[in-house]
Amino acid sequence: MATPARELTGAELGAALRKRPLRHANEAVVKAVLGACAAVSLATTALIIVVLARETVSFFGEVSFADFFLDTAWQPLFRPESFGIWELVAGTGNVVFWSLLLALPVGLATAIYLSEYAAPRTRSILKPALEALAGVPTVVYAYFALNVVTLDILRPVFGQDVPIFNALSASTMLAVMILPTIASISEDAMTSVPRDLREAAYGLGATRLEVSLRVVVPAALSGIIASILLAIARVVGETMIVAIAAGSTPNLTLWPLSTIQTMTGYMLQVGLGDAARGTIQYKSLFAVGSTLFVITLLFNIGATWFVGRFREEYE
Amino acid sequence: MAVQAETLRATGRVARRQLVSRLSRWVLLASALIGVGILLYLGYETVKEGAGRISIDFLTSYPSRKAEQAGLRSSALGSAWVLGTTVLLALPVAVGTAIWIEEFAPRNKLTTFVKLNLANLAGVPSIIYGVLGLAIFVRYFGMGPSIMAGAFTLSLMIIPMTVIASQEAIRQVPPSIRDGSLALGATHWQTIWHHVLPQATPGIMTGIILAVSRAAGETAALIMVGAFTFIAFDNNSLPVANGWGSLLDDFTTIPIQIYNWTIRPQPEFRQNAAAGIIVLMVAVLSLNLLAAIIRERFRR
Repeated sequence: MATPARELTGAELGAALRKRPLRHANEAVVKAVLGACAAVSLATTALIIVVLARETVSFFGEVSFADFFLDTAWQPLFRPESFGIWELVAGTGNVVFWSLLLALPVGLATAIYLSEYAAPRTRSILKPALEALAGVPTVVYAYFALNVVTLDILRPVFGQDVPIFNALSASTMLAVMILPTIASISEDAMTSVPRDLREAAYGLGATRLEVSLRVVVPAALSGIIASILLAIARVVGETMIVAIAAGSTPNLTLWPLSTIQTMTGYMLQVGLGDAARGTIQYKSLFAVGSTLFVITLLFNIGATWFVGRFREEYE
Repeated sequence: MAVQAETLRATGRVARRQLVSRLSRWVLLASALIGVGILLYLGYETVKEGAGRISIDFLTSYPSRKAEQAGLRSSALGSAWVLGTTVLLALPVAVGTAIWIEEFAPRNKLTTFVKLNLANLAGVPSIIYGVLGLAIFVRYFGMGPSIMAGAFTLSLMIIPMTVIASQEAIRQVPPSIRDGSLALGATHWQTIWHHVLPQATPGIMTGIILAVSRAAGETAALIMVGAFTFIAFDNNSLPVANGWGSLLDDFTTIPIQIYNWTIRPQPEFRQNAAAGIIVLMVAVLSLNLLAAIIRERFRR
């Protein structure tokens, strides 16, 4: 037997609605709150720029542009202090070059295999396994660079005089780190190459390898370039692997077996030793940070541009 | 009439091209297996080095000068508190941003800029977030090298990727559900709250779990914030027998503890680092597995 429904009075209804503010919130208020959430990301960018710019300006009050961009020695901790950014940029360039040299052939071969050769079943096992590499924390890779790559591989191969901290051990693990980035984004680009192009080539008698290398790879080129730019941005910004395995001696060289320091490595070094606020060392953290921010931004924008170009062509 | 079965066989140049193509399959497969091979090899090396150190004592001891007495107690508690706080800070903002972009944003240059900005923020190196956290939360707001400062820093870092995952989830909700709700007289917000968000929840959960798993392994940003410290007390912000803890306490995390052990020259500490890596990897892989399960379970 149903209890007779009693009509709610206006006051009761109001009280009931107020108990569930999220369900009956005022649309305008909701919109304002959500807009505020979206503003957080804009504020983050603004804050990054303001924070970096303020201390960088103050840094250039003490160190001239000419010293920063023309001096070749980075020696911030001992007198005479000198702040020539190129040694740190060279350190970053060193690991970018060698890690790409290692990761690019393997990454592209993996992408071609997954996109053009692999049976769906093989692919469904290989791809997630590869993507698991992307989830490994970089401090873990840093441990391997130091303990496995240098001690178990580089020293037995190149002799015992390989320094314990060297660019190649860091580059090797950086290559492992960016392998999924290159393989998976390039593979996406290759899979979205239209079937007609492949079938036209097969129809003309091309083999699978010829179709892959001469039709699919060129057609997917902007996606492949995007994956490389993203990988470079990741290597440039990676800190733990280079800080632990590559050393902390700025060195203007691209030789893979030397001890170096990258931009991020220097930043972490300053972060570890409490540089007092207002000192030139503290300010140099922001000057190097600005340089790093601009470089990674350029590579990321480049990658976005190439991805956009690719989408335009085939979608 | 005799039909001769004859297979066409290539000769000369064509045969060579076909042979090269057939061989290329195995060369490419070998390359594709390199990544997986390295993953397995590294896993094997870690277990060989560190498995002997895994014990209840290792999980419940404070760090120590003596490698065999050192453990993950304070770093594990620090990780748990900082990650928990990060989720509470990041999730509402990220989901709010995603809803705004997908449901309310006008189609104009500002919206395009907001989206572009998110994509770029996702690519900003973590150490830059660390510098931001140091200048803003640690110094300007005076939080010091605390759980709160670490959590604010990490949440700014993971908001972009959580927004992108949530946008994807919201976009996947079929328009028919939305139209049905609107046709019955629900307001825009009621439609979102009762129909769009519940449908998008698995996707959003997957996104936030993956973001947390990235934050769990984050080292550089938290070192910049000042979390590379020796902690010999329990982080605890709930009332306990000897009073209240605080989100403004110093802290350290498991990846930072691993870093600490890795840079020490003694081999005993290397074993500790390997054991720490096992614990961290189990945590990170469980999170990834959880995300994969949620995704598969709710896939339509």
